[in-house]
Amino acid sequence: MTITLYVPRDSAALAVGADQVARQIEAQARARSADVRIVRNGSRGLFWLEPMVEVATPQGRVAYGPVTGADVAGLFDAGFLSGGAHALNLGLTEEIPYLKKQERLTFARMGLTDPVSVADYEAHEGFAGLRRALTLAPAEIVQQVLDSGLRGRGGAAFPAGIKWKTVLAAEAPQKYIVCNADEGDSGTFSDRMTMEGDPLMLVEGMAIAGMATGATEGYIYVRSEYPHAIAALDEAIRHAGQAGFLGDDILGSGRSFRLTVRKAAGAYVCGEETALLESLEGRRGIVRAKPPLPALQGLFGQPTVINNVITLASVPLILARGADFYKHYGMGRSRGTLPFQLAGNIRHGGLVEKAFGLSLRELLYDFGGGSASGRPIKAVQVGGPLGAYVPESQWDLPLDYEAYAAVGAVVGHGGIVVHDDTADMSQLARYAMEFCAIESCGKCTPCRIGSTRGVEVIDKITGNQNRPQQVILLRDLCDTMLHGSLCAMGGMTPYPVLSAINHYPEDFGIEAPDRAAA
Amino acid sequence: MNNLGIAASIAAAHKDTPGGLLPALHGIQDALGHVPPDAVPLIAEQFNLSRAEVHGVVSYYHHFRSAPAGRLLVQVCRAEACKAMGADALLAHAEQRLGCGVHGTSADGRCSLEPVFCLGLCASSPAIAVNGEVHARITPALFDDITREARSAS
Repeated sequence: MTITLYVPRDSAALAVGADQVARQIEAQARARSADVRIVRNGSRGLFWLEPMVEVATPQGRVAYGPVTGADVAGLFDAGFLSGGAHALNLGLTEEIPYLKKQERLTFARMGLTDPVSVADYEAHEGFAGLRRALTLAPAEIVQQVLDSGLRGRGGAAFPAGIKWKTVLAAEAPQKYIVCNADEGDSGTFSDRMTMEGDPLMLVEGMAIAGMATGATEGYIYVRSEYPHAIAALDEAIRHAGQAGFLGDDILGSGRSFRLTVRKAAGAYVCGEETALLESLEGRRGIVRAKPPLPALQGLFGQPTVINNVITLASVPLILARGADFYKHYGMGRSRGTLPFQLAGNIRHGGLVEKAFGLSLRELLYDFGGGSASGRPIKAVQVGGPLGAYVPESQWDLPLDYEAYAAVGAVVGHGGIVVHDDTADMSQLARYAMEFCAIESCGKCTPCRIGSTRGVEVIDKITGNQNRPQQVILLRDLCDTMLHGSLCAMGGMTPYPVLSAINHYPEDFGIEAPDRAAA
Repeated sequence: MNNLGIAASIAAAHKDTPGGLLPALHGIQDALGHVPPDAVPLIAEQFNLSRAEVHGVVSYYHHFRSAPAGRLLVQVCRAEACKAMGADALLAHAEQRLGCGVHGTSADGRCSLEPVFCLGLCASSPAIAVNGEVHARITPALFDDITREARSAS
């Protein structure tokens, strides 16, 4: 009997030797005349255990990890093909607490399937959403998305259904669906995991968006730093087309939708939606002034839905199971789940999909197991490089868009970067300004000039040159950037800067009472 | 076909693609390792753009290079998650080992070092890419092993 083994193809597994492990398994199996089939699955998202090899047994999948090429012979000796005991044996994958405690909706299939197999995808509820969408009128599909409460998962949390409704109502010869897969924020990898580990889910979500709005063309704009994601998407799109889920006559419905993958070129600001559209049109990725909204005049001047990967990938399940199912998760106006990404100095880094409402402390300790260095955690940046540093006094707040906004922080895309007590917050604040200076598109003055001045002012503060005046100047500069920038690049760079100086004034050489000036 | 001929034919193949300039530049860089400044007028002609517009696009995006990189192109992530795990020290180690600064190429022309802002390996930091291959949980010793191996392979 053929035994099925799973060795992830996710970049984070490849980066720690998964290909070598797969080659060793093949070689050992050949040498021992073992009949094995290796599936290159997506990652379960337990990255400290990668490469995590799974073996299909009658009891369920048994996991081993982290496996190196040198461990493979020993695993065969220990009878791992039948789930045998070994120091790396983690037991049944589904029973690993990190995974078991999660509420995986969008990531339900992640790691279970061969990412580019349409048959495997369909066997796990794939394309059920698109099939249902094809039985509904466009306005009914939009209503499902509106009712689900789904908000943009890229960070801005704008209700997805409202964008879709605007595009549906717009009259135009051509409409577009654009997927923002320019996941440039440090601490985020859920888009990458989706594209590499379950790309058909994104394909399906975009096709549904097309059916909902009357758009027949879709583009996925993927960062050049993600070659494996681009390859997986290309393959998934080809297979979906061959199976009739994309193209001119989707499943005999007479409706059409075509998808193209476009490679970005390393400009961070192209993750801003209008800069992304400029880039797709073949120009420098410079931010456009709004209005007009992309929903009315977007790609090539036509009505365009532009959503992040996870937003679009959440749609198939909403259609398949209904808006009420999805809405049932979460709290307040934050409905559904968010794939949190635990990163940086954390012992158990990885993907944790949970309904909104849990606390950062639960993520950091119950899931993350504390810092990787073993030192106390000092600061946690939530929501990417433009998100605030959250101090311990706020770790019990519920992760909810509004609760975070109330303390001047952002949940954003759920990227969480942990720093231990060796972090110098003045240097992290300086870095935020420096990054903004490097990546600013240059269109608006507060961002272009303000970021450079910000670096200089922080240097003066840390160098104790007229420190009190420079602190006032820095706050004034942040105020200008916050209110005067054209987009979130300059408009949110003050978040990490101000949160660092407000919560960790001692790192800037200033007394705590300055907090009152905030 | 010489480099300019290759660049012109790739540009011609993309000139009717909507927003085809970036795909053309990617094609040229994939084929030649960089976008030669001499090719800019030829690309501009194909797309009916000014040379300034094409130069503007090439120079705007970090990914496009106007000069070839060394045979060993090492990218070290400088973003927050990697910083939290010692990326700054790793970058200093890389500069010393490769014999070049950030954005530089070593005197013998063999190695180039580039910063990168996130490889999406933030739960396995610090991370690097060597000639496009990603590596995570990098220690200085591992950095030396990987670059040594890549150097002998290239």
